[in-house]
Amino acid sequence: MSAAAAPRSDVVIVGAGILGAAVAYFAAAAGLSVTVVERGSIASGTTSRCEGNLLVSDKEVGPELELSLYSQTIWRGELAEHAPQWEFEAKGGLVVSSTERGKRALDVLVAHQRGLGIRVDDVVDSAALREIEPYLNPAMAGGAFYPDDAQVQPVLAAHHLLRLARGHGARLLTHTVVRAIRVSAGRATGVDTTAGRIDAGAVIVCAGPWSGEVAALAGVALPVLPRRGFVLVSEPLPPTVRHKVYSAEYVENVASSDAGLQVSSVVEGTPSGTILMGASRERVGFDTAFSPEAVGRVARAGMELFPVLAGVQIMRTYSGFRPYCPDHLPVIGEDGRMPGLWHAAGHEGAGIGLSVGTAKLLVQSLRGEPTDLSLEPFRPHRFDERPAA
Amino acid sequence: MTAPPPDGAREFSFDGRAIAFREGQTIGAALTAAGVTSWRTTRITGEPRGLFCGIGVCYDCILTVDGRRAQRACVTPALDGQIVRSDDPAEALPLTGEVDG
Repeated sequence: MSAAAAPRSDVVIVGAGILGAAVAYFAAAAGLSVTVVERGSIASGTTSRCEGNLLVSDKEVGPELELSLYSQTIWRGELAEHAPQWEFEAKGGLVVSSTERGKRALDVLVAHQRGLGIRVDDVVDSAALREIEPYLNPAMAGGAFYPDDAQVQPVLAAHHLLRLARGHGARLLTHTVVRAIRVSAGRATGVDTTAGRIDAGAVIVCAGPWSGEVAALAGVALPVLPRRGFVLVSEPLPPTVRHKVYSAEYVENVASSDAGLQVSSVVEGTPSGTILMGASRERVGFDTAFSPEAVGRVARAGMELFPVLAGVQIMRTYSGFRPYCPDHLPVIGEDGRMPGLWHAAGHEGAGIGLSVGTAKLLVQSLRGEPTDLSLEPFRPHRFDERPAA
Repeated sequence: MTAPPPDGAREFSFDGRAIAFREGQTIGAALTAAGVTSWRTTRITGEPRGLFCGIGVCYDCILTVDGRRAQRACVTPALDGQIVRSDDPAEALPLTGEVDG
C-alpha cells in the first residue's frame, strides 16, 4: 500500500470545552473509541469564561428545565465521587425581587417549579432575606431560595472529564484545527485536520458559539450565535456573600432575545474569597473589546443588591461568548439533514450545568438506545422545518 | 525608647513593629527587606501569602493601611508614620454602610 489507512474512531468530537469533555467521557465509558480535536487548549473558549452554574432556579418551565433536573441527578449521582475534584459546591441560590410586583411574578414561577419537583423555599420579606444573606440591601421586597442550585469550577470539570475519558481510551488532540468535515453519500464520515485525516462513524460538534462555523464545513446551517457576557472579580474578602444571589430580572433576561445590552445582577462568593459579579448579555458578535458601559452597569447592579460592595475593589474582569439558538434551547443529537453529523451546543449561559445530561442523552441516542429524556425539543434541524400545513 | 532612625531614614508601623524604609519604596518592598515575607493566609487551608506578582495584579499581598483595608503592599508607597496591619481573614466587613476603601 502506498499510504497507511487514516486512523478511525467510532466518534470524533470537535471541541474540548465542557460539552466535548462530557460527551467524550460518556462515549468512552460506554466503550466507544473517541478522538477529541481541539483547536486551542482544553476549556479555552466559553468554558473558562463563565461562572460554572448548575442552576435549577433560572429555567423557565419546559424542556430545558427537565434537562437541568436530569443533569443535576448525574452531577450528584454517578459523578458524585469526582465532586471534590471540580469543586462541586451545593451552595443554594437566592432569587431576590426589589419590587412587590416582581415578587408576585416570582411567586407564579415558583408555583410552577414546585409542581415539577424543584425544591423552593419562600422568602417572604426583607427581614427573612437578610437572615439568609446578612449583607443584602434591606430595600428588597422578598424572594425565593433554591437549595439545589450548585456550582462547579468549570475548567477543572472539563479537565477531569477528559482525564476520565482518556482513562477509558479516548484520544485528545489539542492545537489541532478541523479543516473539513468529510461527507460521503450524504453522510458525515470523518474530519480532515491539521494533524491529518480521521475517519469516524459520527462527527460530534461541541464547539460552543463556534459550532455554526464547524457545521458549515459540512454544508449544514446551524444558528448558534454568541452573546457576550462580562464577569467582575473582586479582591478577596472575608465571607460576605453566602449563596448565589441574583435579581428576579435575571430569569427574564436569560429568556430574552433583545440584541441590546442587558444587565441583571448575579453575585456570589468563591472559596478563595473573591466575589463574582455578573451578568451582562449583549449581541456584539465575537467582539472581545472591553466595555466600560457593560462593566459599569454590572458593578452598579451588584451594589444595588449588596451595598457593601461599593467600597470593594474589582481585581479583574473577563468576558465570554454564551452560545445561544433563536429559541433559546440547545441543539442536541443527530442532524436530521446529515446522518453521522451530531451536535451538542447552544446551551447559552447554562452549558456547564447541562453538559453532563446532554452528553449522556446524546450517547444513549448514538448507541441506538432509548434516551432517558426525549431529545425531540432539541433536534438540530428544527430551524429548517416548515410548520405543518 | 528606640533610637531615632538615622538621618533621612523613615519608619512605618507593621502590626506594632517598626519597619524602616527608603523614600520611594513600597510597603511590600520594605517588609520584604525587613525579612517579612508573608502577611496574609488563604481562607481555607491557611497557606501563607505575601508578594506574588509584585505588580498590582494578583491582590495576594493586601493589608490594611491607615485603616483602609485591602491595600496592595506591592504598589502602595511607604510613608513615614503609617500604621500598617495584616488583614485578618476572619474579620467580617461592617454590616451596614460602605466599606472604607
